[in-house]
Amino acid sequence: MLFNEPHPLETRVLTKRMHEPGYNGTVEAYERYGGYKQFLKAVEMTPDDIIGEVKTSNLRGRGGAGFPTGMKWGFVPRQSPKPKYIVVNGDESEPGTCKDRVLIENDPHLLIEGCLIAARVVGAERGYVYIRGEYRYLIDIMERAIDEAYRAGWLGKNIKGTGINFDLRAHSGAGAYECGEESALLESLEGKRGNPRIRPPFPAVAGLYASPTVLNNVETFAAVPSILEMGGKAWADLGIEKAGGTKLTCLTGHFNKPGVYELTLGFPVEKMINEVGGGVRGGRKMKAFIPGGSSCPVLTGDEAWPLNMDYDSMAKAGSMLGSGGVILMDETTDMVKAALRIMHFYAHESCGWCIPCREGTAWLKKLLTRLDAGSGSARDIDLVGDLAKNMLGRTFCPLGDAAALPTMSIVKKFRHEFEAKLSRPVSVPVTSPDQLVSLG
Amino acid sequence: MMTATPTEVTTVTLSINGQSVTAPAGTLLIEVCKKLGAEVPAFCYYEGFSLQAACRMCLVEIEKFPKLQASCTIPVSEGMVVRTESPAVVAARKDMLEFLLSNHPLDCPVCDKGGECELQDMTFRYGAGESRFTEIKVHTPEKQWSPVVFYDAPRCILCYRCVRVCDEGLGVGALGIQYRGVGAEIIPNMGDHLNCDECGACIDICPVGALTSGAYRYKTRPWEMNHVGTVCTHCSNGCKTTLGVRTDEIIRGNNRDHSGINGEFLCGKGRYAFDFNKHEDRLTSPLIRKDGQLVEVSWSEALKAVATKFSETQAAGGSFGVIGGVHSTNEENYFLQKFARQGLKTANIDHQRTGDVPALLDALSGKSDVLATTDDLYNTAAALVIGSDLAQQHPFLAYQLRANGRHHNARVYTVTPGKVREADYAAASLIYGSTAELFAKLDELRDRLKAEPELVILFSDAVKGADVAKLVAYGDSLGIKVKYVALVDYSNSRGALDMGLLPTLGPGYHAAPVSGLAAPDMLAAGLDVLWVMGADPGKGNAKFTVVQDMFLTPTAAAADIVLPSASAYEKSGTVTNVCGQVQKLKPAVRTMGTKPDLEIMGLIAREMGLNLGIWTHDHVLTEIRSSVAGYNVPLPVIQTGGAAQAQPVNGRVPLDGRPELVQSAQDTLFTSGTLGRYSKALTSVIEYPGKLYSDNQ
Ligand SMILES: Cc1cc2nc3c(=O)[nH]c(=O)nc-3n(C[C@H](O)[C@H](O)[C@H](O)COP(=O)(O)O)c2cc1C
Ligand code: SF4
Ligand code: SF4
Ligand code: SF4
Ligand code: FES
Repeated sequence: MLFNEPHPLETRVLTKRMHEPGYNGTVEAYERYGGYKQFLKAVEMTPDDIIGEVKTSNLRGRGGAGFPTGMKWGFVPRQSPKPKYIVVNGDESEPGTCKDRVLIENDPHLLIEGCLIAARVVGAERGYVYIRGEYRYLIDIMERAIDEAYRAGWLGKNIKGTGINFDLRAHSGAGAYECGEESALLESLEGKRGNPRIRPPFPAVAGLYASPTVLNNVETFAAVPSILEMGGKAWADLGIEKAGGTKLTCLTGHFNKPGVYELTLGFPVEKMINEVGGGVRGGRKMKAFIPGGSSCPVLTGDEAWPLNMDYDSMAKAGSMLGSGGVILMDETTDMVKAALRIMHFYAHESCGWCIPCREGTAWLKKLLTRLDAGSGSARDIDLVGDLAKNMLGRTFCPLGDAAALPTMSIVKKFRHEFEAKLSRPVSVPVTSPDQLVSLG
Repeated sequence: MMTATPTEVTTVTLSINGQSVTAPAGTLLIEVCKKLGAEVPAFCYYEGFSLQAACRMCLVEIEKFPKLQASCTIPVSEGMVVRTESPAVVAARKDMLEFLLSNHPLDCPVCDKGGECELQDMTFRYGAGESRFTEIKVHTPEKQWSPVVFYDAPRCILCYRCVRVCDEGLGVGALGIQYRGVGAEIIPNMGDHLNCDECGACIDICPVGALTSGAYRYKTRPWEMNHVGTVCTHCSNGCKTTLGVRTDEIIRGNNRDHSGINGEFLCGKGRYAFDFNKHEDRLTSPLIRKDGQLVEVSWSEALKAVATKFSETQAAGGSFGVIGGVHSTNEENYFLQKFARQGLKTANIDHQRTGDVPALLDALSGKSDVLATTDDLYNTAAALVIGSDLAQQHPFLAYQLRANGRHHNARVYTVTPGKVREADYAAASLIYGSTAELFAKLDELRDRLKAEPELVILFSDAVKGADVAKLVAYGDSLGIKVKYVALVDYSNSRGALDMGLLPTLGPGYHAAPVSGLAAPDMLAAGLDVLWVMGADPGKGNAKFTVVQDMFLTPTAAAADIVLPSASAYEKSGTVTNVCGQVQKLKPAVRTMGTKPDLEIMGLIAREMGLNLGIWTHDHVLTEIRSSVAGYNVPLPVIQTGGAAQAQPVNGRVPLDGRPELVQSAQDTLFTSGTLGRYSKALTSVIEYPGKLYSDNQ
């Protein structure tokens, strides 16, 4: 099921099939629309040529960190005697992000073809699609698609006479955001507790079962067939310099027309909000803007309007493109509550492995709860900023940063909202019994 | 021993706090800092166990890195410029401690760990002066996981040391983590209780008071105890245990400073099973059988009665038999055999034999450097375990091998009558049905062992008598350097052999001038007097029996005179472990009414007017050092709590040809002969009495 009507400003590359009338994502439909041809093309190419095309395409990882995909594939020691693995990160748990779901739900064979091409590059014979536990129904869809692919001969032994063997399995997460972090995902996939690993070594060198592993986001893999189809150069040209192609962008929050839209990299924020997203709900003003999921520093409306949706533009403004999960907050939004909601998420999702994240998120959640309830003090506001700063850059994995960054930016940019909630503005003496009660 | 093939080690030069240092490439930065004396605080880093990088206490500043780096996981590299005391580093430590203390209960005034706590020490040194945490703390109730292990989650700092020592160190893997975020806590993997070795290694390694010991908790403050480092009196491995003593009572056994041969290792027996010492059934008065009943008498009456009996029997040309102990000190056993041979002029002397050391020494005659030490077990490239459930019967030796496997990829081979824990990492684990099949299994391994650069063979009583020579021939056939350990059961089983408690062998394995009866023959021979010191062989048909013991064992209960003796935790002297390492006992407490066996023997001798030399332990040790082959051990080593290697004879040993007398008692982790039966700590755990070669290892 699609979330929303397509929009004419979209550039549909990854999503082109799913909008065709009657397209149902089966293997027959996928083949009818030219599916699996790029894999056959890849078989004719050398691994280095394929990596070359991916590099030329300027494809950057769509999971949030934006690491150049071609370069990552190049790190895999293909000569290693160990088995190689393909792992798809479909854990999609970042608040504001709901794009991988659209791809798996509507065009799962696109993902399978992307995996096949990656497998061809590194010589992997086994792959796993790790799907967020809450996406229970997507596992059924993915498994059905995998079954179809086996039956149609696109998975298994000696695929279509190419001599290539590749097995693929869908694997369910158990409801942990942290299992989207690549090394925690691998632990979880190996059947262990989803704590992150010490890196280096990185998955490309020692990933699943300590073997070389290509680990990418769903959208990253799904982009690869179109790169081979169009050629890396043409694909890159869809976007801007250093960030090629299109990005599935999730418009969430106070949009008139929220949804998942495929936009070219570098798409202007203003056009994205007002045209694609139909403008801010109820014609209100935009108070805050998060470009790529709740772990990005929050921008004020004024900061966000002139920007473009790409890695560099967002970095220059002090935020990140992240996973493409745009969250828009209109002027009615209570930013203290927003900060609390974000911290509630991270405190709940902290895996607990390291001290600063485990203790910091829990402490911050309590502080923010108190500030929101109106029983905080001015010192507490400083403390929020200070604790977030003390977590930043010191945790074991980036989840700690993900919790710290939005918090620090909200306190800095919306401090007045915190102050407005303080229990005892010094100038106002407590008089009525009601007030005493509300102080708790 | 056993030097590894020299490999090219490249060194790098780096700067730490402005000082230039060189170190082998790949060394962890935290280790290099430690060597230099630049203290880097750490909770989760623990030498020898896997890396965690979880506590973030060890963050340091390294030039060219945008963020502070965990020095416990960063290998040093050429040209690194490191600062361990920069303002950013100091601030980070302070902040980590602030986070750590935020949900900590701060119940230091009643915590067992108070005064010995790493969190206290770090907070004192690096922490902030004030607390900014004003929220309600997370609290969960304390849990009891077994009679000996308790867990208080609020105090836990989640350093995962306990999880690792149990899994990687012991090979048990009883502990894990449950829940996440601030609710994360340690749990037994089995559910709500432990079904494990009950070794308490987790308690020992815990930097805070989160894991506490059922034997010790809330009994005292650490600084109210005297700490007496002595040798565990249970199995033959000879671990150092530090007894915490307050007002003449042992309150705690632990591994306080890791200075013994056992490093951080100690099993449940060494840690908890000191409690036999104050068991209510301890004998505290001499007993003499009068009108068929054992009645309490004074020491002088009892000693006089023994001396009179001995003298009269001797005068009448009567027969004696003497059985010594496997927990008695070397001095006691040496003095006992001297008393028997020179004083009572009898050759009937023996003890409970549990491993065929004499046959091994005989088979190794002419070879040098062929007896393995506990250090060798940690360093050898390969080891072969025959006929022992090592993790249960020789827990420290098993720990050494496992650490060797973990740190040096040593290959361990086992040939045993059932499943053993070593199988989980062993290069090969073969099971034999009968002793005859044992050598067939060894033949299966021959080619693989030939490919090893060196080997240590540990064998139990499954190989004895002529089979020992056969085993050594097998070792010779491998064409590689082979060392051996003949496994024996108890804390001074090896010393009893070395001191000549055998009917055919005197001290140092020299032929006794006259051969006597072995223990079972003595019991059946209708002797006039049987004298038993620290053993429970049964009464037999002797006409008169004198027993020195701590408890009224079946032998003592049937005896004519019983003399209450002091335990190993109450006396001085030396003991020799399974590998021939000699260590000194230090008295920790006294039990009123008892006397050390050496003193008892000396008093009997005086009463009889015998001159057997001065009978204080240091005089007897001097005599042992000068007269027993291989026992000229350096005094300063043992006097300062070290272990000195005894070097027994190198030459043919006359054997008595009675291999059937060599029988291991097959103690498990939770049994320990008589002492074990009187330890409530051991008998209270659900695993008691345990089973060797059990399937759920
Ligand atoms: C806390 C945390 C959660 C993450 N969750 C996801 C996720 O749900 N999906 C995803 O693709 N990447 C996630 N990532 C990023 C992955 O670690 C990894 O960078 C990514 O999957 C690599 O694929 P890419 O290069 O194709 O982006 C997460 C990272 C962190 C630190
Ligand atoms: S920052 Fe630490 S506690 Fe938080 S999720 Fe990562 S490893 Fe776990
Ligand atoms: S007592 Fe020993 S075996 Fe049991 S959990 Fe602790 S470390 Fe593991
Ligand atoms: S119980 Fe102790 S050793 Fe185990 S994780 Fe907690 S603090 Fe560390
Ligand atoms: S000691 Fe380095 S993170 Fe704990």
